[in-house]
Amino acid sequence: MKNKILDFSTLDQSLLKKLDAYIDALEGDRQEQLIHVLHHAQKLFTYLPHNLQLYIAHALDLSGAHVNGVVTFYSFFNEEPVGKYTVSVCMGTACFVKGADKVLDRILKLTNTKKNVMSEDGLFTVKDVRCIGACGLAPVVTVNEKVYGNLKVKDVDAIIESCRGDEHVD
Amino acid sequence: MLIKDLKSLEKWKKSLPKKSDFRISVLVCAGTSCISSEADLIIAMLEGYIKEHNIAAEVNLVKTGCFGFCGQGPIIKIEPDDITYVKVKVDDVEEIFNEHLLNNNTVKRLLYKEPFESEATEDASGMQFYKKQLRVALRNCGEINPEIIGDYIVNDGYLALAKCLDEKTPAEVVEIVKNSGLRGRGGGGFSTGLKWQYTAAVKDDEKYIICNADEGDPGAFMDRSICEGDPHSIIESMAIAGYAIGAENGLIYIRAEYGLATERLRIAINQAREHGLLGKNLFGSDFSFDIEIKLGAGAFVCGEETALIRSMEGYRGEPDKKPPFPSESGYRGKPSSVNNVETFANIPAIILNGSEWFASLGTEKSNGTKVFALAGHVRNIGLVEVPMGTTLREIVYDIGGGHPEGKEIKAIQIGGPSGGVIVKEYFDTPVDYESLLEIGAMMGSGGLIVMDEDTDMVEVAKFYLDFTQDESCGKCTPCRIGTKRMYEILERLTNMEGEPKDLEKLEVLGNNIKHASLCGLGQTAPNPVLSTMHFFKEEYEAYAYRTKRTAYLIEPKKCIGCTKCARVCPVNCIEGKVREIHKIIESDCIACGACFTACPTNAILKP
Ligand SMILES: Cc1cc2nc3c(=O)[nH]c(=O)nc-3n(C[C@H](O)[C@H](O)[C@H](O)COP(=O)(O)O)c2cc1C
Ligand code: FES
Repeated sequence: MKNKILDFSTLDQSLLKKLDAYIDALEGDRQEQLIHVLHHAQKLFTYLPHNLQLYIAHALDLSGAHVNGVVTFYSFFNEEPVGKYTVSVCMGTACFVKGADKVLDRILKLTNTKKNVMSEDGLFTVKDVRCIGACGLAPVVTVNEKVYGNLKVKDVDAIIESCRGDEHVD
Repeated sequence: MLIKDLKSLEKWKKSLPKKSDFRISVLVCAGTSCISSEADLIIAMLEGYIKEHNIAAEVNLVKTGCFGFCGQGPIIKIEPDDITYVKVKVDDVEEIFNEHLLNNNTVKRLLYKEPFESEATEDASGMQFYKKQLRVALRNCGEINPEIIGDYIVNDGYLALAKCLDEKTPAEVVEIVKNSGLRGRGGGGFSTGLKWQYTAAVKDDEKYIICNADEGDPGAFMDRSICEGDPHSIIESMAIAGYAIGAENGLIYIRAEYGLATERLRIAINQAREHGLLGKNLFGSDFSFDIEIKLGAGAFVCGEETALIRSMEGYRGEPDKKPPFPSESGYRGKPSSVNNVETFANIPAIILNGSEWFASLGTEKSNGTKVFALAGHVRNIGLVEVPMGTTLREIVYDIGGGHPEGKEIKAIQIGGPSGGVIVKEYFDTPVDYESLLEIGAMMGSGGLIVMDEDTDMVEVAKFYLDFTQDESCGKCTPCRIGTKRMYEILERLTNMEGEPKDLEKLEVLGNNIKHASLCGLGQTAPNPVLSTMHFFKEEYEAYAYRTKRTAYLIEPKKCIGCTKCARVCPVNCIEGKVREIHKIIESDCIACGACFTACPTNAILKP
């Protein structure tokens, strides 16, 4: 088990190079910038598997436990792979009082997933997120970068279908 | 242009184009909310038309921060005509351009119509939404292009900093802020001047000014709008604060989710550096100051100042015991002053207009204004800034326009997950720190959520507790385990598996958590439950005694079998043939209310 985690060869080597370059260019106290490094790594790799966390720990001369402690503390970081479409349902208060919980339930049902777990077909990861600042459009759902506002439960079907549809076209 | 002293700043200001140099200015909001409804496309189209007609010299297109009127976005404001167009669509742009920009004719159909009035409002400043507002912290939001430093300079930008460095000692700056009566807008309400005084008093060569832009309240967007709409005011204030307390380093801690705000702050910092407004020897003085941005990563507790400091140091954001306060031992163990975004946004105005001016606004002990993010079941969702002492009723009914469908408003939640509800008997309470405390509520950071008669208060309390138990950092037991147990009890209740004893347990547990937790998160987490239990006991009892109906119900006598309800039901839980009585399968009903709205004969009963 330990060896598997220490095996960096399963990581995309060209992305690792980019990460190295980012870390090398850091100024000042590097250990202090762990959170920025993790942000960057997640941007490159889309999620932070354990061997990547260890890799970062080595690079910054930190313990693996420290890095994992930070990764698991902050909700922004994913330890699990994410689907092609990240469907984020705003669960901010404004959206909640306008029925976002029902929208979320519907989406989970349609994608046949649990929160934060990628769907089996690799298409969807459904998350609940805090206010994304579009309260004027509550309830709000984002699919990757695209924002859908003023949603009714029944509008959800079309959104999920259109993602699936795009898939067939590709 | 490199700014070396007050004179060169004034010279630069004179050389910059002003709105009055143009025949007409078109201001388009490019805040997060408006951009999500294609404001960026609208701006690009206007740009294209202006170029095509070669009228860039007379038409001034400004991509601004948030106007506050988010529920009606995207919004276009036209000056000096004082016209605001609302809910502008991409298809409307050509007409606005041809009619208004070329021929000076107002496009009447895009004006805002006040509720219950047939005529649209022509002048924007006459709109109910703006009439009772007073913009101090938001003075530049929606007025200038946040990505152009010149726009800020024209509105007296960096003049306050220049004056402090030129004419005032650090102690005098602290004195002005103290006398203004400004209190922290991040929730605590502590005197900003005093905080600066304490930090200034600690002797150390290395000190820090920290801007708290974590904005954890999950229904609030005041700080974000300021960072997006007027980033230079934050930078200028931080430099002023640095001068006042003797710090050469500034740090902005901002949520990772706030991409646009972070980007705008980055641009502004770079521009300030280019012009010598950040860096070495500002305005020819021996004061140097620079700012770095630190990203958060989605943890509510990191808004708490000691946790925020831990997070900036690259650790899990767990709070520390106070004292020592950050003013003695903060970032890297050095004296630090943590101030909120909105607090900072007030500073330049205070320096330029004087502490007496600021102290004259608001009430006796709560000076100045407060920005609120108004949301929920209210017509005008958006950002409002009012003098302290304005009543909740004025905010929700006059500015907010009341309920969009005229339903009764049952309660207002203030202070986010740390706050409580205010019921309609108290809607005439003036909004200031003391009056809110008197009725058992708190100011918080500025989230105001309006809830109508259909809102289930137990569900609302459960929502907030789900948030806090999820965000509890886990360091102290009362908060980590206590909030979880409270949440479980609420879940039991709403699943109709609870019992009357649970209510007592909730109350005891809630009070214990309040008194035994380490930081503000745990100390306030039970508030939403305790406060809704106090005011809406009967709703809790309906769950505890299992008398609450959770599904919608069709009254057989009134049902005409039109099938409308069955057709709109998103989960297909309504059975019945045409012209026969329909029935809702209770166990499948998600209580979305779609059938209720669709029914032509009012045959459907709410739970
Ligand atoms: C759980 C918790 C969350 C907080 N979140 C924020 C926040 O998001 N933004 C903020 O400015 N202050 C927040 N605070 C208050 C800060 O600890 C601190 O008092 C504030 O940043 C000081 O700035 P001010 O004096 O200008 O208000 C929070 C406090 C607690 C206990
Ligand atoms: S609460 Fe959903 S966008 Fe603000």
